Amino acid sequence: MGGEKKGLVLLDFWVSPFAQRCRIALAEKGLVYESLEQELLGDKSDLLLGSNPVHKKVPVLLHDGRAVCESLVILEYIEDAFPGAAPQLLPADPYARAQARFWADYVDKRVYSCGTRLWKLKGEGRAAARAEMLETLRTLDAELGDKAFFGGEALGFVDVTLIPLTSWFYSYEKQGGFSVEEECPRLAEWARRCGERESVAKVLTAPEEVHDFIGLLKKHYGLE
Amino acid sequence: MAGGEDLKLLGAWASPFVTRVKLALSLKGLSFEDVEEDLGNKSELLLSSNPVHKKVPVLVHNGKPVCESVIILQYIDEAFAGIGPSLLPSDPYQRAVARFWAAYIDDKLVAPWVQATRGKTEEEKSEGINQTFAAVEMLEGALRECSKGEGYFGGETVGLVDVSLGSLLSWLNATEVMSGTKIFDPVKTPLLAAWMDRFSELDAAKAALPEVDRVVEFAIKRQAQAAAAAVTSDNK
Repeated sequence: MGGEKKGLVLLDFWVSPFAQRCRIALAEKGLVYESLEQELLGDKSDLLLGSNPVHKKVPVLLHDGRAVCESLVILEYIEDAFPGAAPQLLPADPYARAQARFWADYVDKRVYSCGTRLWKLKGEGRAAARAEMLETLRTLDAELGDKAFFGGEALGFVDVTLIPLTSWFYSYEKQGGFSVEEECPRLAEWARRCGERESVAKVLTAPEEVHDFIGLLKKHYGLE
Repeated sequence: MAGGEDLKLLGAWASPFVTRVKLALSLKGLSFEDVEEDLGNKSELLLSSNPVHKKVPVLVHNGKPVCESVIILQYIDEAFAGIGPSLLPSDPYQRAVARFWAAYIDDKLVAPWVQATRGKTEEEKSEGINQTFAAVEMLEGALRECSKGEGYFGGETVGLVDVSLGSLLSWLNATEVMSGTKIFDPVKTPLLAAWMDRFSELDAAKAALPEVDRVVEFAIKRQAQAAAAAVTSDNK
């Protein structure tokens, strides 16, 4: 089932911000991998279903045939399995690592699911999602503070976790009727700074394409 | 324990997430100050230590707070790496497997289980129950794979996944007392049923898990409060 193929294979989906986290980390570390685009809205491949029987989702990182699932688990795996591949995305100090994991978890639990409610719901539901999204973005803006990156002077674990979601900000702004630039200027500046990196520029989906994709999903769910 | 280390756990006796941290500290042989929070009237220390979520557990180590139970478990493992057994193995792939199942327990077992008890409609509760049992079946398979014939998800020794799941034992037992249903049925999920007995025998489990009777009393009281609140809101 393609199981014993040597090296790194990423089961991927073009617009998935979760898969993009892995692609950015791999690119930053100069690790060579093969990206296999998956069919998610139609029939899922045997490889995907066999590699991720529990969740049946992307991303999956296959390393010499063994599957690692869940984007943040994959990011930690890349750190552990390739200790020589600089840069280290997690700091060495246990307390700093705990802080990085905390904020990555915050991003992971809040941003995408709240954003989904923004475009799926109407009326009170959408208003609640809008309020939650603003609170989330403001909290992240405050945590970033005057640092160049969440990781400090260099890109880190939290940055990689959040960066792919910046492509979705345009859609959230349109649905929620707000401006990230106005509400969270530091976060907006950070997004631009990250976007200039080659590893990010090559991977991120253009905001307009994300917006079109959401339109597709709305039709798929019968919401238009 | 290591000299000069100040460990304070901000917690609530009934919370399995707090129990998780107590289990880890006990397994490592680390002493700590057990600070019981009144969740209806949270302390300044809790609110300033966890301003984002305002929840327990928070582990305060030499004055610095660490939040979120699974993150705290990894912190304890790393900050006290030389002391007591390791919760995570050294092999990168095995570490990934452990992290995967720890996340699964919270997302796919605990969340639906909470919905099963606290859902607003009968449909929500019923859906929660179905999802809970689906997750239990999945975890039986996970235990078979991870244990490799040994006694724990961590293999021969207790690991991250064992602690994550073991923290729920008092609540699993309480549910059995109140509903008559075993969530880890010995016929359907024999490995988990045996694991539950084995885990309960650990010194750390006896030290950290709350008394089942106390949990039953707490759960009944909370159900009554929810029912009363529902009646009141229906009468508005």
